[in-house]
Amino acid sequence: MTDLAIETEKLVKTYNGTPAVDGIDLQVERGGVHGFLGPNGAGKTTTIRMLATLLRPDGGTARVLGKDVVHQADEVRSAVALTGQFASVDEDLTGLENLVLVARLLGYSRSGARRRAAELLDAFGLSEASDRLVKKYSGGMRRRIDIAASIVVTPELIFLDEPTTGLDPRSRNQVWDIIRAMVGAGTTVLLTTQYLDEADQLADRISVIDTGRVIAEGTPGQLKASVGSGALHVRVRHPEDRPRAAEIVARALGAEVLVASDPAALSATVESSAPAMRAISELEAQGITVAQFSLGQPSLDEVFLALTGHLAQSGDEPATDLTEGAA
Amino acid sequence: MTLEKETPTLRTDVQAVHSALSTGTRPPRPGPLSTSMAFGWRALLKIKHVPEQLFDVTVFPVMITLLFTYLFGGALAGSPRDYIQFLLPGILVQGVIMITMYTGVTLNTDIQKGVFDRFRSLPIWRPSALVGMLLGDAFRFTIASTVILGLGLIIGFRPTGGLAGVVAAVALLLLFAFSFGWIWTFLSLVLRTPNAVMGVSMMVITPFTFGSNIFVDPATMPGWLQAFVEVNPISHLVTAERGLMAGTATSAEVLMVLVWSAVLVGVFGPLTMRRYGRGR
Repeated sequence: MTDLAIETEKLVKTYNGTPAVDGIDLQVERGGVHGFLGPNGAGKTTTIRMLATLLRPDGGTARVLGKDVVHQADEVRSAVALTGQFASVDEDLTGLENLVLVARLLGYSRSGARRRAAELLDAFGLSEASDRLVKKYSGGMRRRIDIAASIVVTPELIFLDEPTTGLDPRSRNQVWDIIRAMVGAGTTVLLTTQYLDEADQLADRISVIDTGRVIAEGTPGQLKASVGSGALHVRVRHPEDRPRAAEIVARALGAEVLVASDPAALSATVESSAPAMRAISELEAQGITVAQFSLGQPSLDEVFLALTGHLAQSGDEPATDLTEGAA
Repeated sequence: MTLEKETPTLRTDVQAVHSALSTGTRPPRPGPLSTSMAFGWRALLKIKHVPEQLFDVTVFPVMITLLFTYLFGGALAGSPRDYIQFLLPGILVQGVIMITMYTGVTLNTDIQKGVFDRFRSLPIWRPSALVGMLLGDAFRFTIASTVILGLGLIIGFRPTGGLAGVVAAVALLLLFAFSFGWIWTFLSLVLRTPNAVMGVSMMVITPFTFGSNIFVDPATMPGWLQAFVEVNPISHLVTAERGLMAGTATSAEVLMVLVWSAVLVGVFGPLTMRRYGRGR
């Protein structure tokens, strides 16, 4: 009997000779949120599909809540729930019908299923849309009905595969609220995301995954600490000043400067506050107007760059580049 | 802007989610029949929401029944009225068997949309999603059968086996169609697109329906074709249908269809489930 929610050893999945998952070792404790962070094509979804018994591993072992995903697949299914990257409810049915269907499949009586479905629709703020076909739902509503379908019976462990990809900030906050509520109710959450701030916000521990392998693991704080003690973030008033500002800051700190997707922003790791202050005054002295600066922990963006040598997909757009890592 | 109307209900109530989670206790596990019926209900709901999909089980059967009766009737049997007496049980089989291929196309579309990932992640008897789907299709086949029989009666078909004979014939046809459907579930899991499923289905259905005793007595066919018609399960089905509707069926004729049904399920059922379990 193990107390781990998830335990994998050298888990491998290969597509046409190309490893999508290339020997993943994971140990996830029960309770809280475990973040699974990586760019598109890193192997996050493939790993989740193996853990949820939807895909058979080509190598290695995986135990979920102490049960082997291949030999005790049915026991695993009884204790976990899955919410896929693309909402896996039936879009040709109404929200209510979808939840009643899942409840019936899980053994609820006809009336019990209706009651449970109504209760969930209510909790997720979907009662008014209960008789509407799911294909008419907005993105945020769809994600909520999908999560609702996953908790008809409270799972011990839930896999949330990129639950906020493509959502607007308000819908994203709602999904975050739901995730926090699930954790509060004692469910273990495995959350995959390509949004660094999402992992930072929600996860107790994070596994960073790239090209089918876990390349780092720890609390968000530990991951940040592994990169440097702190970071200086600067926004210049005029974006055209940024290249020159980057040079000045790099010289003043003797460190590499990272330019973010925001055209006016740049950041760099610093050891202490004194050189950071010098860099700021140097910018002012050179006639560059600083709109904003802050000294804080490095962002996971910087962590990712330090770990992999390339940036994670960031920004608010869902990544559309599917060529990377795809077989 | 229609989205904004939902604002009052959009706010997720963390407390409510929390309490919904705490009441989600697991009921006893349902049996295979109950889960299959739930999937059958899903199939019926889909028909309710998109009734246009009944087009293929209403208009199509009318078309082929009229077309073949009046195309061949005069030449083959002297008159369409005499021909329908011979053709109807066969055209009933032809119509329903051709409609079965939509099972595969629908399943393939379903799988691409991802809803099957949820079904496959549930702790239920694994084939129930497919069994339920085929049960839902049985409803469609019943409509098609009713349409063809009704039309047949109008243009002169008189079943001497009476109502009991006709009901038995339709029941046997539904059983065979259910079994035949496993070929399509298998194909739809192997092939990548609905179009590919459609294409291969046509290649399977065409020789089996036309290379049979549906349209003419095989006596005038060349020997090699007669040999094929002899072993073709569709021919056996048509023979049994004719017998039941005429009230002259032998138990051997019916048994033959039952054996074929068992063989189809026995072969393509496990093949389908192996594919279904493996994932893609």
